[in-house]
Amino acid sequence: MSAREAILAALRAASARVVPRPPDPEPTRFDDRVGTFLESVKAVGGAAARVPDVTALDAAIRALPVWAAARRTVSLVPGAGASTLDLSAIADPHDLEGLEVAVVPGELGVAENGAVWIPGTSLPHRAVFVIAEHLVLTVQARDLVSNMQEAYARISLQRPGYGVFVSGPSKTADIEQALVIGAHGARSCTVYVVG
Amino acid sequence: MNTFHPDRAAAFAADRSHAHWHDTALWFVREKRDRGAASVPEWERLRDAAAGIKAQALSNLAAYLEEFERNATANGIRVHWARDGEEHNRIVHEILAARGVRLVVKSKSMLTEECGLNPYLEARGLEVVDTDLGERIVQLAKEPPSHIVMPAIHRRKESIGELFHEKLGTPAGASDPKLLTEAARQDLRRKFLGAQAGLTGVNFALADTGGIVVVTNEGNADMGTSLPPVHVASMGVEKVIPRAADLGVFLRLLARSATGQPVSTYTSHFHGPMRGGELHVVVVDNGRSEILAREPFRKSLACIRCGACLNTCPVYRRSGGYSYSYLIPGPIGAVLGALRDPERHASLPFASSLCGSCTDVCPVQVDLHHQLLALRADVAARGILPWGKRMGMRLAGLVLRHPSLYRLAGGLARRALRGAPGLVRIGPAATWARQRQLPGAPSESFREIWRRGGA
Repeated sequence: MSAREAILAALRAASARVVPRPPDPEPTRFDDRVGTFLESVKAVGGAAARVPDVTALDAAIRALPVWAAARRTVSLVPGAGASTLDLSAIADPHDLEGLEVAVVPGELGVAENGAVWIPGTSLPHRAVFVIAEHLVLTVQARDLVSNMQEAYARISLQRPGYGVFVSGPSKTADIEQALVIGAHGARSCTVYVVG
Repeated sequence: MNTFHPDRAAAFAADRSHAHWHDTALWFVREKRDRGAASVPEWERLRDAAAGIKAQALSNLAAYLEEFERNATANGIRVHWARDGEEHNRIVHEILAARGVRLVVKSKSMLTEECGLNPYLEARGLEVVDTDLGERIVQLAKEPPSHIVMPAIHRRKESIGELFHEKLGTPAGASDPKLLTEAARQDLRRKFLGAQAGLTGVNFALADTGGIVVVTNEGNADMGTSLPPVHVASMGVEKVIPRAADLGVFLRLLARSATGQPVSTYTSHFHGPMRGGELHVVVVDNGRSEILAREPFRKSLACIRCGACLNTCPVYRRSGGYSYSYLIPGPIGAVLGALRDPERHASLPFASSLCGSCTDVCPVQVDLHHQLLALRADVAARGILPWGKRMGMRLAGLVLRHPSLYRLAGGLARRALRGAPGLVRIGPAATWARQRQLPGAPSESFREIWRRGGA
């Protein structure tokens, strides 16, 4: 018997009657999703602001100190910031090392925890959002939901594909529970709500 | 090796200031968890839902795993099956060896610890680098993790500073967590860029979409799976959940229970390999089907490894992760260890006050303290209780069965406590009495007061 068959047979033998699932609880919804979302991003160590349109978004990004200091940038949001690297010309993600700022569009934001959903289709290379020293995320104001239960009802998981929720900058508290921002991924995460 | 929990706990508690610091640090995490839980009005209903979804999954694991395999395969994921740790290690090694991998970067996985993957690969000439900061610290120190979420919580920053000075060349005496983290970041960035494969665990496997989900705060799983072209993910059979939408329930609970965060920084959903790469998922049994078959303990397989039961446990906080003879410490580790090897871990079900705090904080409602109690009975039934406990129980049984003996013993005890209170610090009672102050003995028993109609 193969390992697969042996394991499945053992699990079948061990299973009792099939238990039906209970209904999911009604999640709390926020009246002010934008305000709650901005607060949540700050609470998880990020920076957050609301801008009315892409022109204001572009100006806000260019005013960021990390943008001004950066020489290698990528923007995947048309009209916001600029790219010094042509991602379509990069075949090997290792060549992204040294990327200083990445501007990445989010498909949806979650008010309860400041998470932004980035579908893999937005990323020419998966590594972009994590290898960049600083991350700028954008999300449309109309694309904010209250909580993760609503988020999963809204997003579509690409198959095959990839997608990631990012909530704030990379962090660790593995040394004496002291919070340190910038473990392996982005050292800062700035989120703009557009509209 | 001495596996007796009281002895190992005594060794940890001997350094009183360190033990006190450990207790306080873990309680701090517990308090953060409380604030996280309190921020969600429907918290208790979420726990009900999470427990219910896990019960549903565990009641039909084979079917969900087959559904997962079918959908994952359609997504271009290669699914492998391993009956035990040895088979798991062999599969992982074969994948890596066939692709000429020399350096692998690994993000946290208690399953690979359970299987002993690192030493297995190292013995075959591979370099395995743990990339979670806490895991890296204990790897450099050649120690096992002492906590499932915070692997190096037993170490003070000064000792990590010394370790990094020796291994990574940080300045002597430097112990600032920021500086040490930065040094690890620089060192591990080189490893990420040089690795040919990334290994991860699996937090959730999704039956209906054939994907796996991995969560981290540091981004190490994302670095390790987006640079090297080969990703191998190891999961226990119990990690599968019926629907991707169920993540909405679990992710609202997981990080809040673990650290008090509203969600982990990175929640990555893999529904296929990276462009031009490969994604392998190894599904491991290694004793889980046996636990599944034991109804009273089935729920322990619902554990999502948040660590909340460790942080709240008065025994874990005061005795440290290394006092547990099993690789997973705390209440859940005591249960899983005693189920896996009752002889070796016979003292673990007793490493609990049975206060039930673990059960109360568990986001998936594993009835931990009930399981610990049941496992005590299991240890007794196997005849492997230590002599003192066995005799003590026999004596107590005798006295409690015979009212006259009970009266006699009560009278003797009251007299002894009044006359010679030091007696309890001699003999087998000494351990129990060492840190306790006894109340003054009453002059008469409850029965005597009742007899003369007093109150």
